[in-house]
Parts: sequence; structure tokens; C-alpha cells
Amino acid sequence: MSRPRLARWILIALFLALVIPGGLDLYRHRHFDIPVVAGPGVTRVGRLSDYGPGLNGTMADTAVFFMEGKEPGGKALLMANTHANEPAGLLATLLMLENGVVEKGTLIVIPQFNHSASRNTKPGDGYPLYYDIPTAWGKKTFRMGNRDASPLDQWPDPDVYIHFPEKQLLSYIDIRNTNRTWPGRPAGPRMEKVTHAAMELLRKEKVDIAIDFHGAETMFPVTNCIVAPEKGSRIATMAALTVKAKEGFDSHVEPSPAGFRGLSHREIGDYSDTVPFLLEAPIPFLDQPTGPKTVQLLLDGKDPFLLSLASKKKLFVPYEESGWSIEKRVGQHCSVALEVMRQFAKKSPAREITVRDIPRYAEVVKNGVGHYFHDPGAAARDRVFLN
Amino acid sequence: MPVIMIIYYLISAYLVGLLIWSFWHEKKNLQNMVLYLLVLVPLVLRLLRIK
Repeated sequence: MSRPRLARWILIALFLALVIPGGLDLYRHRHFDIPVVAGPGVTRVGRLSDYGPGLNGTMADTAVFFMEGKEPGGKALLMANTHANEPAGLLATLLMLENGVVEKGTLIVIPQFNHSASRNTKPGDGYPLYYDIPTAWGKKTFRMGNRDASPLDQWPDPDVYIHFPEKQLLSYIDIRNTNRTWPGRPAGPRMEKVTHAAMELLRKEKVDIAIDFHGAETMFPVTNCIVAPEKGSRIATMAALTVKAKEGFDSHVEPSPAGFRGLSHREIGDYSDTVPFLLEAPIPFLDQPTGPKTVQLLLDGKDPFLLSLASKKKLFVPYEESGWSIEKRVGQHCSVALEVMRQFAKKSPAREITVRDIPRYAEVVKNGVGHYFHDPGAAARDRVFLN
Repeated sequence: MPVIMIIYYLISAYLVGLLIWSFWHEKKNLQNMVLYLLVLVPLVLRLLRIK
């Protein structure tokens, strides 16, 4: 065999050695399912495509869990994984689904709002494909997703994303970001179909409040906060003051900017009767100047570079050697969400939502997140949903 | 699948064919051969609906 011919075959072998194992890892990640054990409070499970038929049979369709109380009352929609690389919201909603019981009113929970993004990853940023949460019965494995939907589900991206219906020019990549595509349209790009279906859900189910769980960098000013539009600012302020006074953690209020379009906390309020809130918990993993993007950093939030920046007052949250653990972030989401619902009930007593058995901040920090997850292997098969 | 997405898959398939043809017919320059294969990686993963 001549030398060029030999080199060609060696290169082909190297190419296959690179593509096949790497491709298999990515394929397995996209098709990895997370079992959700529906707790005693879950009364029925639907699909987002029930409200937007254009999503039926696509990777953008996602499970919608209903937790209906025995007494009538208000309705709240809880959405997590709008950005699937911010896992505290997902863990908080799953913890609520597996443990919570609604006594009055209804909770509607969508744990994987951008389902396509939860099956996407960011290898260029060194994202881990999975992370494990330790539990009493073993470890529970979760997919680590990405901020934007997978291009396998919506492609190509435009040069500039023109928001519908406000016509604001946004970054091209935001066409796959379900926190820029609100209120959406039924015949738009797939992520606009996702947000449009959610808008239909809000309108048809007559939902009173919507809570969108997120995480934000410690170096980003809109972090550790409740973002609310004008009509929700009083409830948000009271919730922020109450958690500070009663539970001892900060979550300040940020106004939803009227000139920045496509975000849940803006468009839900402008295009429906629902009052939206967006909760941000700090996530050091997403900060740029950190060490390697490991599972450990994702879960404990400890990073020496951020610690150094904190000493120079470059962060927007207090940051110590203890980091910013997943327990703190999940606990904050649980407490703030419960407090927003309680404050809403004080304002509209006829639309009260009463929930029990959802742990608050101190309990989650003390017991750990995994304490609240149930073994899918030991649960009745008809109560386990793959998501 | 929207029409525009189908068109982009066809473009990707065309580029994959072009790169394989160029790689196969490159006789001397090893650097070019490596570059053809590197460019091929994301296109193959997209065509196979992996990434």
C-alpha cells in the first residue's frame, strides 16, 4: 500500500473512532428518560400538545401534571427547564410533584417546559451530559440540558430573530429560547408553538398566576430575585419581604422591563389575565470565569475564581467558601413559589391555592434534595412517568 | 418537518458528498485530508440526527 493510501485509511479509522463513540454518547443522552413518580397530589397527566396540536409527536411536546384540590380555588402554573441548563427549577418542581398535595385550587406543573432543550447539550462549554442526586434508595440520574432547543427540532436559525408580534429584533439564537418566544403563534417556529400552547393552557384553564423557575449567574445583575410585571409587583414584594423575615434568605424584586419582549414575565401578563413571576436562583456553574464545568460545580456551586471575584465585590450575590449549593437553590424556589401563592391568596381570597407537604428552604437545605425523591422501582407502574 | 429544514438537510447531504469526494481524491496534502474530515464531523452528526 502506498503512503498516501495508508494515511487515508488511518485518517478514516481515526474519524470513525472519534465520531462513533462521541455520537453514541450524544444519541443516548437525547433518548435518556427521567422517571417521575407522581405523588398523591397528582390527579391527572396531560401533554402540552393538548393545547397546541402542532406539537403532537415532536420532541417539543412535554408532560403537563395536574394537582387538583378537593375544594375549588385558584390555579397556578409552575414551569421549569425553560432553560434546561438551570436545573434547580426542574428539581423543585419534581420535588413538588412527588410530595405535594393540593387541598384547595389547582397546581399545573410542567417540569420540562423546553423539552427539546433538555435533550440538547453544549459540548463546546464542556457541559456534563448527566448529573446524579443521591437519595436514600440510590442515585437518581438527570439529563443536563442546554439553554436553547436542539437544532434537530428547529433548524435553521435566522440571521436575526424578529419577535412576534412586537417585531423587536433579537439575537438569532433566541428563536430556540423559550424565554424569548412568548406569546408565540400556532404556525410559527416550533418554540413559538411551545409558548403559544402554554398561552392557550393559561387562557383555557383560567390560570391566575404563572411561576417560571430559572437560575442566573452570580455575575449577572438579575439574579437571586423575583422578576414581576407591574400587576404582580405587590405580590412579589410581599413574598420577598416575607421569605427574608421568616426564612432568612434574600430574593429581591426586579421589575419586568416593558421594552424587552418575548420573556414569560412580560408577555404572559400582557397577553392573558394571568399574573406571571420569574424566579432566579444563583447558579455559579453558568458564570464564565470558573474552573471546569463539572457535576460537582453544578451541585455545590463552589469555585475558587468566583470566591476571588467575590472578595473584589464583582458578584451580585454574597458568595463564601460554602458556595451556592443545589439544596439552597431548590429550597429558595420552593419557599418563594409557596410564598407567592400565599400572597396571591391574601389579595384574592376566592382564588386561594392551598398546598401541603412541599418542603420549604430550611428543610431542603437540612435534608438534601434527594431526600424527597421516591424510588421509581418501588412505585406503582401507573404512577411512574418517563419525562 | 418544515420545508426549510428539509432544504437544509439536503444542503448538508450535498456538502457531505462534496467533502467525501474531495477527501478521497486528495492524493498528496495530508493537512487537507485532515481538514476535510474535521469539517465532516458536525455535518455527519446532523444528517444522522444525533447533534
